Amino acid sequence: MSDTPLTEEKINRDLLGPLFKTSGTYFLVVAFLALVALVVFVAWGLQLRYGIGMAGKNRPSFWGLYITTFVFWIGISHAGTLISAILRVVQAEWRRPITRCAEAITTFALCTGSLFPIIHLGRAWLFFWMIPYPNSRHLWPNFQSPLMWDFIAINTYLTGSVTYLYLPMIPDMAVARDKATGWRKKMYRTLALGWRGTERQWVRLEKAIGIMALIIIPVAVSVHTIVSWDFAMTIMPMWHSTIFGPYFVVGAIFSGIAALLIAMVMIRKYFHLEQYLEPIHFDNLAKMLFAMSLLWFYFTFTEYLVTWYGNEAAEMPVFWSKVSGPYAPMFWLMVACNFIIPFPILSIKKLRTIPLIFFASCCVVVGMWIERFLIIVPTLIHPYLPYNYGHYWPSVTEMCIAGGTAGFFILLYFLFAKFSPMISIWEYEEGLQVAAKHAGHLSDPRFAGDIVRGDVHPGH
Amino acid sequence: MPQWGMTVDLDRCTGCEACVVACHAENNLPIVGPDQAAMGRTHQWIRVERYWEGEFPNIKAKFMPVMCQQCDAAPCEPVCPVNATYHTPDGLNAQVYNRCVGTRFCANNCPYTVRFFTWFTPSWPSPLNEQLNPDVSLRTSGIMEKCTFCVQRIRRAEDTAKDEKRAVKDGEIKTACQQACPAKVFVFGDMSDPESEVSRLAESRRGHRLLEELGTRPRVVYLKEGSA
Repeated sequence: MSDTPLTEEKINRDLLGPLFKTSGTYFLVVAFLALVALVVFVAWGLQLRYGIGMAGKNRPSFWGLYITTFVFWIGISHAGTLISAILRVVQAEWRRPITRCAEAITTFALCTGSLFPIIHLGRAWLFFWMIPYPNSRHLWPNFQSPLMWDFIAINTYLTGSVTYLYLPMIPDMAVARDKATGWRKKMYRTLALGWRGTERQWVRLEKAIGIMALIIIPVAVSVHTIVSWDFAMTIMPMWHSTIFGPYFVVGAIFSGIAALLIAMVMIRKYFHLEQYLEPIHFDNLAKMLFAMSLLWFYFTFTEYLVTWYGNEAAEMPVFWSKVSGPYAPMFWLMVACNFIIPFPILSIKKLRTIPLIFFASCCVVVGMWIERFLIIVPTLIHPYLPYNYGHYWPSVTEMCIAGGTAGFFILLYFLFAKFSPMISIWEYEEGLQVAAKHAGHLSDPRFAGDIVRGDVHPGH
Repeated sequence: MPQWGMTVDLDRCTGCEACVVACHAENNLPIVGPDQAAMGRTHQWIRVERYWEGEFPNIKAKFMPVMCQQCDAAPCEPVCPVNATYHTPDGLNAQVYNRCVGTRFCANNCPYTVRFFTWFTPSWPSPLNEQLNPDVSLRTSGIMEKCTFCVQRIRRAEDTAKDEKRAVKDGEIKTACQQACPAKVFVFGDMSDPESEVSRLAESRRGHRLLEELGTRPRVVYLKEGSA
């Protein structure tokens, strides 16, 4: 099967297939994920009903699992922008089968992550008080607050990444429109925005995608910088650090690439896209993951070395609680997951196989969640005045919500895979054309049933 | 405009915690029960921190009452996204309960850990529910609260003085902790008046501020041992 030449017909069949054929397994998985998502919302409902005390937070640990998981998901959301936007801007050809699944991660990780700042509020039903609008209270939000910056940054990023996901989807929606029947035809017709594939439409689309790719990169960098400022702008020990901005951005891209690799392995396996997501794609991304792992280690090493050398009275209890105290098992697990395990797997060519890359990526995702937890909790439970040292153990409600959102995220992603091709059909086909032209193999049998859009493609 | 401040005489404190009880009664502080207390969810707008010095048998207990330091450069204020914590013209670090949405960011950025969160809707076991102070609002679940310097007493004294067409006299306002303290640890008054007792004590050689190096400029001045 996999040796069949990639004609337009086959590409359309392979990539649009999942949209129109649904197996029983899919329904089972979706039902299970929906159940997990339901647990999140039931637990949240109980928390709203009885009070935020249902979460295991206390004084001095006012933040905990919710903010950890918030930072985690916003970090994961950095997969899409980096891979897709940067690779688009530098016109890296191998990006083509990757962009869609990467951009979808961004959007859905943001949808998941942005729930947490609301879930964690003491009075969640009043979250809209953070929205700057002329209100009956004659009160603007406080633009000095990093949480306010967060609110604006995340909304900007969400709007931007939804647009950036949607733009390249338009031609694919048109292909789906032509295949679909019934209510789905109507839906795809609406979403295709009257796409007919004229030259003018292509010019505009390419231009719009180009602009969005440029815009989304600084937006993504600013988002995780601002998330880091939730901590760095305070004066708390080991939070008040000038390198937190870039440190968080690096960590975000690191965990984002890992999440993307996990998603790609899954998509490849379950949608049988071995011919599209080839070992070279995993290999290239694994190299990027390796670079991020090194960068992450560099930042972590710098952060901890400087703290230790500075030997400040308020910071040392936090430092030792992580390095050799009660949080040491988590700390060293983090170092193992983010550096020691991925290092050999990603650096040795022989070990960079898809199963091992998958394993390393899973380690990185776990390690990066731990990293966020270790940034938040040890600082909070070791405030300046030692009399107030505390402890923190998450409650069942908290664990259900924080853990369950993984199910929520995967559910959104799964539903999306039924709605849109997970590999951008037109970009992939365009890639084949480009490759053929560059190689001068216009007679390549793979392009026998040549691809509709004509010889003069405006993008090239 | 007076600038309210307080001195806390560490040399006088016996650690009896009468101030803590008085504060509970005056400010309608929720009683959370032993389970919640063990989780670290007590409300103590003022607490007596106890530190040990030396090794047994040459050991000394040190007591330090800590309440909101009403910082002039309060770290809790800029971080609130909804302006629930702000600075009054007379130098109080005020918390507007109705504006609070409960991000708890202010509490995280307080180096003194003197902000308290209502995790559940407060309730008082009978007969404590009969003795709530009508001058102090009850707080709902999900908001932040903290020492107000007994703002209700300040405002009442200011109103009385205004009615009698005079200024508030030094020593006229007594906070609940000050009133209950048998050792006269606390002195409250106008820091902008150089003649007031609180200014005199704060300016003395004994005066120092808690975590002064952080630059928060607290309005609470601690007095160490020795004579002025």
